[in-house]
Amino acid sequence: MIMADLKTEFLGISSPNPFWLASAPPTDKAYNVNRAFEAGWGGAIWKTLGEDPHIVNVSGPRYSTLFSNDRRVIGFNNIELITDRPLQTNLDELRQIKKDWPDRALVASIMLPMDEASWAKYVPMIEDTGVDGFELNFGCPHGMSERGMGAAVGQVPEYIQMATEWAKQAASVPVIVKLTPNIADILPPAKAAQDGGADAVSLINTINSIMRVDYDSLTMYPTTDGMGTHGGYCGEAVKPIALNMVAEIARSDATRALPISGIGGITNWRDAVDFFALGARNVQVCTAAMVYGFKIIDDLVDGLSTFLDQKQMTLDQLVGKAVPSVTDWQHLNLNYIEKAVIDQDLCIKCGRCHIACEDTAHQAITNMVDGERRFEVIDEECVGCNLCVSVCPVDGCISMQQLTTGTDPRTGEPITDEKLQWTGHPNNPMRKTG
Amino acid sequence: MATQKPSPDIRSSRLGKSEIDRNFSDLHPPLSRPEALIEADRCYFCYDAPCITACPTGIDIPGFIQKIRSDNIQGSAHTILSENIMGGMCARVCPTEVLCEEACVRNLHEDKPVEIGLLQRYATDPIFEQNNQLFERAASTGKKVAVVGGGPAGLSCAHRLAVLGHDVVVFNRDSKPGGLNEYGIAAYKTINDFAQTEVDYILSIGGIELRNNSPLASAAELSDLCEEYDAVFLGVGLALSNSLGIEGEDMTGVLNAIEYIADLRQAEDKSKLPVGRNVVVIGGGMTAIDVAVQSKRLGAEQVHLVYRRGPEQMSASVFEQTLARTSGVAIHHWASPERIIGGDHVTGVEFRVESSDDRLHLEADIVFKAIGQNMNGDGLISIALESGRFVVDANQKTSMDKVWAGGDCVVGGDDLTVSAVQHGKIAAIDIDRHLRKV
Repeated sequence: MIMADLKTEFLGISSPNPFWLASAPPTDKAYNVNRAFEAGWGGAIWKTLGEDPHIVNVSGPRYSTLFSNDRRVIGFNNIELITDRPLQTNLDELRQIKKDWPDRALVASIMLPMDEASWAKYVPMIEDTGVDGFELNFGCPHGMSERGMGAAVGQVPEYIQMATEWAKQAASVPVIVKLTPNIADILPPAKAAQDGGADAVSLINTINSIMRVDYDSLTMYPTTDGMGTHGGYCGEAVKPIALNMVAEIARSDATRALPISGIGGITNWRDAVDFFALGARNVQVCTAAMVYGFKIIDDLVDGLSTFLDQKQMTLDQLVGKAVPSVTDWQHLNLNYIEKAVIDQDLCIKCGRCHIACEDTAHQAITNMVDGERRFEVIDEECVGCNLCVSVCPVDGCISMQQLTTGTDPRTGEPITDEKLQWTGHPNNPMRKTG
Repeated sequence: MATQKPSPDIRSSRLGKSEIDRNFSDLHPPLSRPEALIEADRCYFCYDAPCITACPTGIDIPGFIQKIRSDNIQGSAHTILSENIMGGMCARVCPTEVLCEEACVRNLHEDKPVEIGLLQRYATDPIFEQNNQLFERAASTGKKVAVVGGGPAGLSCAHRLAVLGHDVVVFNRDSKPGGLNEYGIAAYKTINDFAQTEVDYILSIGGIELRNNSPLASAAELSDLCEEYDAVFLGVGLALSNSLGIEGEDMTGVLNAIEYIADLRQAEDKSKLPVGRNVVVIGGGMTAIDVAVQSKRLGAEQVHLVYRRGPEQMSASVFEQTLARTSGVAIHHWASPERIIGGDHVTGVEFRVESSDDRLHLEADIVFKAIGQNMNGDGLISIALESGRFVVDANQKTSMDKVWAGGDCVVGGDDLTVSAVQHGKIAAIDIDRHLRKV
């Protein structure tokens, strides 16, 4: 069996596969990164370096978790800061790792104060270890942001541009700018990075979050000696947020040329396909490795290769494949009609489609037909909203099918091939005519 | 040289005490919290859920399972017990495979229903362990109701009446309350004296006076009760075992299964119970299975269960039939007993094999009759009977003024604890309605 080659060049940095470990606890030191590379990871972004003296972390809970009932990790939150080891220790280990693993991508994440001198001092010192590039941490939403770094920079496009320029002036290797999602619109930060000369952006960093309260003490959970603080949210639950931001950058005229490293909840190869198809050229993983260990790389690599083989595609061809299908709401075709169809052979008669539609949507699914428990779509009521598909526990039982001829039983309007966007809709007072 | 066997071969301690203890341990061990949470997650929270319809007491099953999911165990137990005060026992003894779990839509999805019975036990066990009173009595109505029978129907009725504010006296035939929950159900289905724990919980609501050793003996006594009380509920069960009506039935060693099961349930040390080497059970219901399996687990060498019709006609569920087979019971179908063989004591049974001239001969040291029970209704002749059982309407009301009835003693009674509980509950609600009108 010959598998698709996943060897990747990202900004000229080559790696045997496009799966890099994100800058985070798994890349805190040589021991971990050695294990990751032995397991087969394509690259690693070293846990963020800062100035000496190094910061300190809390010696209490740094993580908290959103669980499913069988304690599967759905979402994950952390208040850990950047590296809490001396800079020189990190530099020595970076140099050794690069020497031991020349075929893997090794990128240094850095976070420095907003003064040019710091960048001019530290960037060359770090580059001297042989790292393949830099990732500027403008994303961490806790702790460091209170000191004017991390997300405090990432939330102000002017700061992003300024610091990126400083980094570019001091570095001869590629510079990736890591963006925070804790903003209203991802495009201005991405554009600022681009204007500052960034070679790429990576996103998303973690999202401001409090996991829950403690039901006994009724304090937030977890706490450090009775007090807690918001952390950064990540894991499977954040993937849709990340995908939107990646797609926004990939489809915007102003930023579409900017290479993207996708981050956010990637747990299996399908998640990676989502990011690639929406414009990322490589991906970074953290939470899944923290939950399951480095061995998950096997499924990521094997699954992606198999998928590409089945699609008869290269990874390059996959990148951005779905971007043209993302548009603004106003450009959706309002003449396009779908109706839900329930496969009665697959239906297990749980009735969830009925009650969801009945209570919260359009009263378009029966619960009884001729005195029998039976769930059928009432085309006269169905708006094609996909809620029933979302709640049906049986894969493939309910599908959405397009009406191509005749009239829509709901509106009585004839089905037409002609596209009608909101921009030209008669109900739109601002419609463009002619 | 083989020595002459003593005949009949009936003795105790066929197995060691530890082996017997193991054989009579919990048939379905309770779920741990992780198991319960994972199993609860399998519930689809169906609309108009088929499991609710399939439950004779109409427990909101998806509702109680959702509360398990959110760790609201007390709320879950309340959902269960407010429809079925014997939800603890039913979680152990209900043939769920032909009730709620048969209706579970997961059967259509993956042929494996949600373990509703075990989840129900998970939700209710802590309530009984902690004697956590979930119910409150309504303001006293000043009315008094006589409940005849301390089994599931009577206790269910008594509890609901007490909750509704009435005072109740339960006249119980036996020395302990619980009826078949105490004397009838196979021991490995209700370990650690759970039947009495449950009765104690039911009585702890208050307003229920229990009088043991108080059988209802005559129509005159019933009339007296009607005089003295504002209403009467009869949950007297079926006290008499049906007879085979064949030659040799009166030999020693021919026993009513139900009596042996009662002895077994009451035995402090099961290894002291006498057990036959060769046991023949005649019948095809739960009682037949229970006595066959328990005989085997007490150490009987050969246990044959013989039923006159086929496996589909057996009222014991497929699960029960499988349990019997895996316990080492040989099941024979389509064979009717023709005569009991022996002298003073039984030595065997001869069966006629259906649609043939063949005879099946089985050696027996003990023969158990498990072909159903009947009610000695003659003494209560003032109430309309059908096939020897009380006729009741949809509200469990009999033909007699002020008298309701439920459980196995009424037409449509089906030998299930859960049905008896429902009868008692419905009757109590109707009695309450009636008493508030008067």
